[in-house]
Amino acid sequence: MTFSPALEERFAKLLTSYPAGRTRSAVVPMLLYAQDELGWVSRELIEEVARRTGVTAVQVDEVIGYYSMLRRHPIGKHLVQVCTNICCMVVGGQDLFEHASKTLGVGHKGTTTDGLFTLEEVECMGACSWAPAIQVGYDFHHQVTPERFDRLIEGLRNAEAETRKV
Amino acid sequence: MLYNEPSPLEVKVVTRRFGKPDSEKIDTYLADEGYEAFKKTLTLTPEAIIDELKASSLRGRGGAGFPTGLKWSFVPRNTGKPAYIICNSDESEPGTCKDRLLMENDPHQLIEGMLIAGWTVRSPAGYIFIRGEYRYLIDIVDRAVAEAYERGFLGKNILGSGWDHDIYTHTGAGAYECGEESALLESLEGKRGIPRLKPPFPAVVGAFQCPTILNNCETFSAIPAIFRQGAEWFASLGPPKNGGTRMMCVSGHVNKPGVYELPLGFPLMRLINEVCGGMRNGKKLKAVIPGGSSSPCLRAEECDIGLDFDSIAKAKSMAGSGGIVVLDEDTDIVGLALRTIKFYQHESCGWCIPCREGTTWLKKILERYHGGGGREKDIDLIHEIAKGMFGRTFCALGDAAAMPTYTFIEKFRDEFEAYLQKSRPKQIPELALL
Repeated sequence: MTFSPALEERFAKLLTSYPAGRTRSAVVPMLLYAQDELGWVSRELIEEVARRTGVTAVQVDEVIGYYSMLRRHPIGKHLVQVCTNICCMVVGGQDLFEHASKTLGVGHKGTTTDGLFTLEEVECMGACSWAPAIQVGYDFHHQVTPERFDRLIEGLRNAEAETRKV
Repeated sequence: MLYNEPSPLEVKVVTRRFGKPDSEKIDTYLADEGYEAFKKTLTLTPEAIIDELKASSLRGRGGAGFPTGLKWSFVPRNTGKPAYIICNSDESEPGTCKDRLLMENDPHQLIEGMLIAGWTVRSPAGYIFIRGEYRYLIDIVDRAVAEAYERGFLGKNILGSGWDHDIYTHTGAGAYECGEESALLESLEGKRGIPRLKPPFPAVVGAFQCPTILNNCETFSAIPAIFRQGAEWFASLGPPKNGGTRMMCVSGHVNKPGVYELPLGFPLMRLINEVCGGMRNGKKLKAVIPGGSSSPCLRAEECDIGLDFDSIAKAKSMAGSGGIVVLDEDTDIVGLALRTIKFYQHESCGWCIPCREGTTWLKKILERYHGGGGREKDIDLIHEIAKGMFGRTFCALGDAAAMPTYTFIEKFRDEFEAYLQKSRPKQIPELALL
């Protein structure tokens, strides 16, 4: 497999970041950084990471089931993650998730038919003092109301329509 | 960037550069006594550094509150193996959002704290383990690390000391369990984050099977100030054996939730009423979860305490990670207990049975109870299962699940009983986290 120059550079750095003979340490970061570029972890990627880190494919495979951010299937263009853990829940996080589900027309881990959004209910994301919080991709949004949520989604939909026109 | 207005009652030590323009850049840091503490420690022996840390009474800010100087003193020297420095920035305890601010606003302070640790044990390398969700912080910290190399604070022969040290960032990929130090070390080695049997503790056999100093991000970040302004000064900020300040992450039903840096021992009720502007909508206080979701809750009448490790322990809870969740009179405790156990059930790594089975059964019973299918004997059953888990697991996750659960029952039994009398509430949708 070949990756973008930026990712290749990151990989090269990862492989020299750990003590001698410890390239296995690069497995999780490589999977996550590659997933950021490719959208998901394919069989081919597992084998490529195994080859580059010098471990067996099964040693790479076994970590994927453990880490909640790694996924074996493609998802929508924007991953919308809504926290419903206690700090968000007590100020409306659960209601926000239900609202998001209605707005997008999908449930937990569902993807909209246009392939634009995947919704996910997630655990604490580290924005407790500014709850309820969501992440769209890696971007944090704090103190999200249902109205703000809808505006955000609308904005992303419009941006997508613009790029399609061009 | 600051996400909430600071309070005039704050005592800014680790957050003193927050909000300044370009606070994350090395020039800003150097202009404000940056790396001065590290330069000072270059002239000190390891014993002198550790003694100073002990005198500061700095205690770990990640959860356990273990004395940092003592932890460092456990690292054996002359084993023939290198020693490593690990920063735990896997911040995942519900209620906690401070490491994020430390890395975003002042990454050089963290690097300097790690450098002091590295120099103390003559370590060749340090790793900053950052939770995967904090991707933007990896870029910020990587830039800061690159700046530190450019200015000679990292790399070969640092400031002419003859000592070489490298620092790397390492991303997690979504797992609460990796905040547990031995699980973090497994994850760092590219494996599933499953806790190790202890002893040996990480100080002796840690990263890559070598001696290791492993501390929380806020703990490392507090270290430069100790060597700049003195251990005595730092210790005097808080009550005896509880030196310094702490970033208190307040969430829930207050008017001004936010992260505030306050001296240890600061009264909880003043935090709620003065720093956070009181209860939202004029409601009454029902309970406070004082140290992240794993800490046993305090009823309103138990909240007249200072926020330091020993005072909170005396109230039979724990200061934990500094996540303070304030709950008003309308809070549904049964719903809260259910959501809490759902989290721990989801995050249990499955390695040891009391935790894996205990959290699963607690979730099933609480789900049924909350959904209107509760039975009177369930209350004792939930309590018994949680008590049965406590202290019987490989790592603290089992305890973290058990403690809030049995405490909710003990302190709010009346609410659980009232639930039985109510007409069957609407079935809550299955939180399909599995």
